[in-house]
Amino acid sequence: MNTKIDDKKNSTLENNSTSNDVLNEITISVKELRKSFKDVTVLDGITFDVKKGTVLALLGPNGAGKTTTVHILSTLLLPDSGDIRINNHEVVKDVEKVRSLIGLTGQYAALDEYLTGKENLQMIGRLYRLSHKAIKKRTTELLELFDLVSASNRAVKTYSGGMKRRLDLAVSLIASPPVLFLDEPTTGLDPHSRLIMWDIVRQLVSQGTTVLLTTQDMDEADSLADKIIVLNGGKIIAEGTSEELKQLVGSERLEITVAGDDNFTRAINLINEENLSIDKQARKLSFVINGGVRQLKQVLDRLDEDNIIVENISFHNPTLDDVFLILTGHMTQQLNTESEIS
Amino acid sequence: MNKNYINYSVDIEKHSKLFWLISDSWVLAKRSIRHITRNLDQLFSVALFPIMFFLLFRYVFGGAIDTGSISYVNFLVAGIFVQMLAFGANYTTMNLAIDLQRGIVNRFKSLPIARSAWLIGHVGADLVRNMITGSIVIGVSFLVGFEPVATPLDWILIFILGALFSLAISWISAVMGLLVKSIEAAQWTGFIVIFPLTFVSSAFVPTDTMPFALRVFADNQPLTHVIEAIRSWLVGAPVGDSGYLAFAWCIGIIAVSVPLATWLFKRQTLR
Ligand SMILES: Nc1ncnc2c1ncn2[C@@H]1O[C@H](COP(=O)(O)OP(=O)(O)OP(=O)(O)O)[C@@H](O)[C@H]1O
Ligand SMILES: [Mg+2]
Repeated sequence: MNTKIDDKKNSTLENNSTSNDVLNEITISVKELRKSFKDVTVLDGITFDVKKGTVLALLGPNGAGKTTTVHILSTLLLPDSGDIRINNHEVVKDVEKVRSLIGLTGQYAALDEYLTGKENLQMIGRLYRLSHKAIKKRTTELLELFDLVSASNRAVKTYSGGMKRRLDLAVSLIASPPVLFLDEPTTGLDPHSRLIMWDIVRQLVSQGTTVLLTTQDMDEADSLADKIIVLNGGKIIAEGTSEELKQLVGSERLEITVAGDDNFTRAINLINEENLSIDKQARKLSFVINGGVRQLKQVLDRLDEDNIIVENISFHNPTLDDVFLILTGHMTQQLNTESEIS
Repeated sequence: MNKNYINYSVDIEKHSKLFWLISDSWVLAKRSIRHITRNLDQLFSVALFPIMFFLLFRYVFGGAIDTGSISYVNFLVAGIFVQMLAFGANYTTMNLAIDLQRGIVNRFKSLPIARSAWLIGHVGADLVRNMITGSIVIGVSFLVGFEPVATPLDWILIFILGALFSLAISWISAVMGLLVKSIEAAQWTGFIVIFPLTFVSSAFVPTDTMPFALRVFADNQPLTHVIEAIRSWLVGAPVGDSGYLAFAWCIGIIAVSVPLATWLFKRQTLR
């Protein structure tokens, strides 16, 4: 008894692109999620939503609780408290239903090393209750897509790290789950495979898949995520689009490198801009540039009048790296020392 | 790169819960059965271990062991047969521990499958492996002079008891596999639990020469009953109490260890 669900799904997808109500539908909802291991609190009241067909990126230093969050959302771990829903099904209670909606690619490869790539796909496909016909079709498609056709009949233990990673991703896509959890999906991939992966995620999302991913790669969060959450110490310390987060740490800065140590001290006095940060060793001065070309010209003129030679000028846009380092406190020390000197 | 990556038109089959329990268990058993032929280690112990043990006891120790009215070869077959089934079950402990240590169990747990399918798959593969091992033991025994007098009915009983015993010891091994914290520990439990059970039994020597305490243990532990029953059928001796005691032990062990293993796995799943 086979039930074709394509018609129904396709129509939902169409609705999706035409109606705003559906677009704002919340797929993953997490309220006041708490989890501790023995006396260590790992998640201390986390609340967030992921809308249907969008990507949420979880950022955070090692041990921040990203994997723990993914494990709780994918039914592998029980939370201590909190209300977690996927498509409005309670993750804790409606386990079976939730499992049929999700695909998971864990931080470490979850493959059978003695089976071939193809056998791994077929096995998981059948466990997702796909028909044999669908399994055959999806296996061929995914092997091709992830460039694994020539290795498909080899035992996975002979694969390289990147190949295992790609197969792992392919396996989690076999049933085209509407909700996808990816725990550091591109760690260990070469730049080419990484781009393919991004492309696949974008495609999946454009067709209505909801993705929650964790990453250490700020470019990845920048280019894929509709919303970014920064976790630290069991709490959400920042949340927003990548642009919003960048604004949190400040605007564009101008960085000037001065030739000669004695010139440097004079330059500090001459520039005299607000928010000046000083790096004595590299003879670098940087400050917020918000007065455009005029401000730039004034500063350079002042230096020139005093015969100070400028070795290098550059603009520095805040990157997600800055956001990450500043927010998670790993740069506070550096910032403090800078302000002490000034 | 412009292809459609996802394809929402996948057919999901709808069947009863029981159908999926059997199907999921079969898919996972098939996986473990494939391991038998792909993992040289396993192949070695499945095929060579019984042969080595057989030859060792038959020709090295055999001459010095007095088994009374029946020849040592005829005495030995049942012992080696049951011992090899017990050794084989250690693969359940090992394979569960390996799955739990590696990430793959997380994938299985995140799938919409019956919880016990993973356990049934491993135990089922063990049964298949043990059937191969058992056949090899019997096959080799003929080459070294074994002369059974078992009737076809006896052979059927031997097959049924052998399978039941294999299941029982595999389920105990499953419990151990779920309790151990590492793959090394899994190896050790096999050694600590299975070794004494097989040697302190009537597998290789009649128990009457053992010191009293050992003899009491050996005479009353399940392996001895299974060995005695199978030996009696093979050599045409009266079975006595051993027959039904062997079946009772196996069924009892299964009745306790199946729910225990399932409970342990469930407990681990959501923690
Ligand atoms: N089963 C466990 N028992 C005890 N502590 C645990 C357990 N699992 C995770 N932890 C602890 O929870 C914290 C968060 O771990 P988690 O794996 O979620 O971090 P993460 O953000 O994914 O880190 P990474 O970037 O290194 O992958 C860590 O301090 C870790 O030691
Ligand atoms: Mg992690």
